[in-house]
Amino acid sequence: MEKQLTLNLTKDKLVKMYRQMVEIRLFEEKVFDLYAQNLVPGTIHLYLGEEAVAVGICTTLNKDDYITSTHRGHGHCIAKGAELKRIMAEILGKKTGYCKGKGGSMHIADFKIGMLGATAVVGAGLPIAVGAGLSAKFKKANQVVACFFGEGASNQGTFHESINLAATWRLPVIFVCENNLYAMGTRQSRVMAIENIADRAVAYGIPGIVVDGNDVLAVYETTQKAVERARKGEGPTLIECKTYRHKGHSRVDPAKYRPKEEVEEWLAKDPIKHFKQKLLQTNTLTESEIQQIEKEVSTEIEEVVKFAKESPYPAPEEALEDVYA
Amino acid sequence: MRKITYKEALREALREEMQRDPTVFLLGEDIGKHWGGAFKVTEGLAEEFGDERVRDTPISESAIIGTAVGAAITGMHPVAEIMFGDLTALAMDQIANQAAKIRYMFGGQAKCPLVIRTPFGAGVNIASHHSQSLEAWFMHVPGLHVAVPSTPYDAKGLLKTAIRGNNPVFFCEHKLLYPVEGDVPEEEYSIPFGVADIKKEGADVTIVATLYMVHKALNAAKQLEKEGVDAEVVDPRTLTPLDKEAIVRSVKKTGRLVIVSEDCKTAGVSAEIAAVVAEEAIDYLDAPIKRVAEPDTPIPFSPPLEQYVIPDEKAIIKAVKKVV
Repeated sequence: MEKQLTLNLTKDKLVKMYRQMVEIRLFEEKVFDLYAQNLVPGTIHLYLGEEAVAVGICTTLNKDDYITSTHRGHGHCIAKGAELKRIMAEILGKKTGYCKGKGGSMHIADFKIGMLGATAVVGAGLPIAVGAGLSAKFKKANQVVACFFGEGASNQGTFHESINLAATWRLPVIFVCENNLYAMGTRQSRVMAIENIADRAVAYGIPGIVVDGNDVLAVYETTQKAVERARKGEGPTLIECKTYRHKGHSRVDPAKYRPKEEVEEWLAKDPIKHFKQKLLQTNTLTESEIQQIEKEVSTEIEEVVKFAKESPYPAPEEALEDVYA
Repeated sequence: MRKITYKEALREALREEMQRDPTVFLLGEDIGKHWGGAFKVTEGLAEEFGDERVRDTPISESAIIGTAVGAAITGMHPVAEIMFGDLTALAMDQIANQAAKIRYMFGGQAKCPLVIRTPFGAGVNIASHHSQSLEAWFMHVPGLHVAVPSTPYDAKGLLKTAIRGNNPVFFCEHKLLYPVEGDVPEEEYSIPFGVADIKKEGADVTIVATLYMVHKALNAAKQLEKEGVDAEVVDPRTLTPLDKEAIVRSVKKTGRLVIVSEDCKTAGVSAEIAAVVAEEAIDYLDAPIKRVAEPDTPIPFSPPLEQYVIPDEKAIIKAVKKVV
């Protein structure tokens, strides 16, 4: 019991968090493999290395809470509880995918679990999250919205417009900046004179917090406070999660613009390795329990791939459906 | 029948829909108590429904539309006002990439029942950033409906349909129409989208016109009548969906087509309507299609310059005389 108190989470919850992080990791590695086999049309933006952010944030949310996502969104979907099979099917352009093959990797949504979709326009999700927050306020439903975006998006006008509006109207929105240091190939220091995006919160009169985005428990704890504040009607919070993507920006990017030492330093801070150590050190899980989880997830991913591969493509003329309600 | 202005008709539609449905709310710059909207369309509504449902926003067009999108996909029915049509450019990503595509790219999971109201049109000497007519931009975005009411009756009936629908509607108003009076029944009604209205029947030539140009086309038709030309004036009322059948039916009857639109000519409303008729009724035409539209310039300030670019009755009559 003592160990649970240390982490302030039940064992069930910790196991679920670890499992989700492993799901994201193995899922994304599999997407990468399938891409190499020419089975994934278009492009992919992998969440590898950033697993602690999505899982830390979404663990604080209820099923009816909302999230908005980005082009690098597979991890957000999995953490919010979307079905892996239908995510993978969508990535492969299959009819059984979440969007019946109309969206693909960059546009996955599951409205049934409050996953309001991924936009591939950088910064475009912020005002939409504000609208979902306004909706929650109107309905007095005690819902909150977590809005994911990258540090690159914080230079868009929508960042300013949206946080200002959410702050003014005291809306229940958690603005989650996933700062992975690079907007495509552009290092933050080349386009911003500040180190912390969270500092910008001052301009809107809301709390801005920097957190180690590779530490799932730190993300969880910080977010929980922000969620509590939001549910009490005290308004939004800007949380900046410092993290790093293990791969390049997209499928074609070998990320040669990143110094080798920097990559090594961040790989050593791998969020899953970090969390695993913590779980072992506190005797929350044993090595064999951890192996069991990893084995289960691995089997699950194989089934996911089988489902996606065997699923049919949509009929071409379905391209004409769903334009209007 | 009772006569009210276009502006009052719009306000009535907003009021009645807000009374009917608690999920309907308004947002925009200066639409609340202190101003009532730049053109006073929302005057009195904040007093009646409160600041929560008639929300003054900061000057943040992108956030206004984006917030409306987020609210719409989570069960609300927002009606956003953009103070001048030209300023929709500031919110274009949210309109064209988000509102319009959100249903399609998520495979039909979402509904985005959102109305964007904005005034277009030149004629009040407020120059290039407050005068352009940009309906065609929005016709080019699948997923949006585009309404273009020309009378108080149409304004009220179409706005009700827009608010009750399940799709994003780009609702074009016209600055010069706000004070125009017309018959509006006291009793409840709405006008379906995609149904044109024959504003005047005629046998010799079809004039298709929208928004304020409908009134100029009707004036022109009156003068032409004195000269023995019987013009039919067709008002599509919505550009998306477009009542192609009604336009084609009229052209088949008259054999002649003049299209009058206040937007600039290249790739404009008139180009699309001309293309529809060319594709579907060219064998019925007894003369080339004529278009009366603005030249391809921004709207200038000085009154003689501005009047020069806005299509007028003379230009319509001239075009008609070339084809009859």
